[in-house]
Amino acid sequence: MATSKVNIHDRVDPATGEYRVIAPGESFLSVTEKVTRIVLTPHTPLGWFGFFAVAGAGATMLMVALTWLFLKGVGIWAITQPVAWGFAIINFVWWIGIGHAGTLISAILLLFKQGWRNSISRFAEAMTIFAVICAAMFPVIHVGRPWLGYWLLPLPFTMDVWPQFRSPLMWDTFAVSTYATISVVFWYIGMIPDLGTLRDRAQSKIAQYFYGIISVGWRGSVRHWMSYETSCLLLAGLATPLVLSVHTVISFDFAVAVLPGWHTTIFPPYFVAGAIYSGFAMVLSLAIPLRKFYHLEALVTERHIDNCGKIMLVTGFIVGYGYGMEAFMAWYSADHWEAFTFWNRAFGPMGWSYWLLLTLNLFIPLTTLWVRKWRTNIAFMFVMSIIVNTGMWFERFVIIVTSLTRDFLPSAWGTYRGTKWDYMTLFGSLAFFVFMFLLFVRFLPMIPMNEVRLLLPSSKVRAKTGPEVVE
Amino acid sequence: MPPREGTYGLLAEFRTPGDLVRAARQAHEDGWRRLDCYTPYPLEEAAEAMHVPRNKVPLITLIGGLLGGAAMYALETWISVLAFPINVAGRPTYSWPAFLVPAYEWTILWAGLSAGFGMLALNGLPTLYHPLFNSPNFRSGATTDKFFLCLEALDPKFDLVESKAYLERLEPVSVVEVEY
Repeated sequence: MATSKVNIHDRVDPATGEYRVIAPGESFLSVTEKVTRIVLTPHTPLGWFGFFAVAGAGATMLMVALTWLFLKGVGIWAITQPVAWGFAIINFVWWIGIGHAGTLISAILLLFKQGWRNSISRFAEAMTIFAVICAAMFPVIHVGRPWLGYWLLPLPFTMDVWPQFRSPLMWDTFAVSTYATISVVFWYIGMIPDLGTLRDRAQSKIAQYFYGIISVGWRGSVRHWMSYETSCLLLAGLATPLVLSVHTVISFDFAVAVLPGWHTTIFPPYFVAGAIYSGFAMVLSLAIPLRKFYHLEALVTERHIDNCGKIMLVTGFIVGYGYGMEAFMAWYSADHWEAFTFWNRAFGPMGWSYWLLLTLNLFIPLTTLWVRKWRTNIAFMFVMSIIVNTGMWFERFVIIVTSLTRDFLPSAWGTYRGTKWDYMTLFGSLAFFVFMFLLFVRFLPMIPMNEVRLLLPSSKVRAKTGPEVVE
Repeated sequence: MPPREGTYGLLAEFRTPGDLVRAARQAHEDGWRRLDCYTPYPLEEAAEAMHVPRNKVPLITLIGGLLGGAAMYALETWISVLAFPINVAGRPTYSWPAFLVPAYEWTILWAGLSAGFGMLALNGLPTLYHPLFNSPNFRSGATTDKFFLCLEALDPKFDLVESKAYLERLEPVSVVEVEY
């Protein structure tokens, strides 16, 4: 539902002449209070416990699924020949893609000086970290003997065996581990000043100690702020090529193989755009309930929802171009196998998944997101975000499963259908993601107060001082 | 090592960022060098007023990134050529295009770690205790909505009475003496 009607005259701030991104009438103190009271309140809302219980139950289901997996082996999943890559890789690619929007918001939009990103960057980045954790789980559990997962790393074993650096799967190890580390560093460094605010406003002794230690004694010295700003800009500048490289490297897992349907040069840009597409959808899936539940409509405004919708529209079209190019190359390459793979994708026994993906990813979003009235309709955008995320999961399903079920030799063809353990792991990982996110919104500042203060008119240095300037 | 007892400095509180920047500029013009501003968000004008020199974070980041990339490239080359050569259909063991990807990731990894932790180290953080935390108005507002200018006792111009009178002329909300 729309929380307030946006009047066109309210869009421009009279004091600065810039477009408003947060509601008028906010001050340093009101912003601080809105964000800190969520964390520092001694009364956790009952609804939080409700969600926490549901997500915790789902995370427990994941534990059960993983325990059974470790006891019995990957045979409990549907993977076999010819589909040796199943849900685990689908989920891995899907989760890591979701993470990408967080980095885009926190790093790329920072470099482009998009001030509106300030109020959503923190939880978008938290989303990145939790999505990467969920993603990184899958390669480790799908290797069959997860207790040997450390063989992925170049460590000096007694056997004197070393990893094969010419394999894209090895590149993945470094891309994903770097991505996870840099995301955590960027997130934590960005949070230090806000942790200082929490330390100063905390009432209970435990909270004072906790935030006192993790805020590393931040005191807001201008000398510190200047190196801090440089550091954040550099981290943003480093995270930008990193985020583009991560999904590119993941697409190499497919593109470097000779399998028809995988062996495509369009994969890197198409994967990155798809990642951002699903990531922005996940940002909306999280932001819309959060702003409602914690009454943050003044800080996460309709303009944020609107802008996310615009980015989804653009990346959706790039993804659509990728689909179109796959179809075009199937014809233009005059490659028999490529053409058959495409035909099989659309009209084969699993054709339903291809048409479902086109409907969810292209037909529904790209026809409706043009309309501002719908982009600012909160309920519509929430439903849209779920649609796009489902569609993007099916995109990975189509790429992986339909390509593998029917490759070169008809005698080697097969089919694929996830088992209950596959579904328990998928939905369990979703619940685990929500579980960690709930802990984050309860204990850490989900909106970067120091960056939001910069958006307030009172943050500007003015020539004349006097009581009338007080805001 | 600064003295651990006596006065750390005089802390003047201002209501708006503009007031703080004007006061800091005046103090710098009047020859104060051991001074610092404390703001709830990055205020570049205050840094300009105090003539804060350029920081070394970019240099540390560059060095970290170059070392990280070189280390990974060297490791890959050593493993693939010397320690564990694998002959895949006669392809060269020194496959530099394939080595670029992990080396690129490690360049970013170590540059990022250097940028983050280098910044903390240059700022002398973590420092859980600081004399300014003794001042009640600093604790209640420096990270929320108040703007502070601190003249430190280490400055040769510092004199408890004269400096206090000097700060009062800059029209702050209050001036308090901060003990170590």
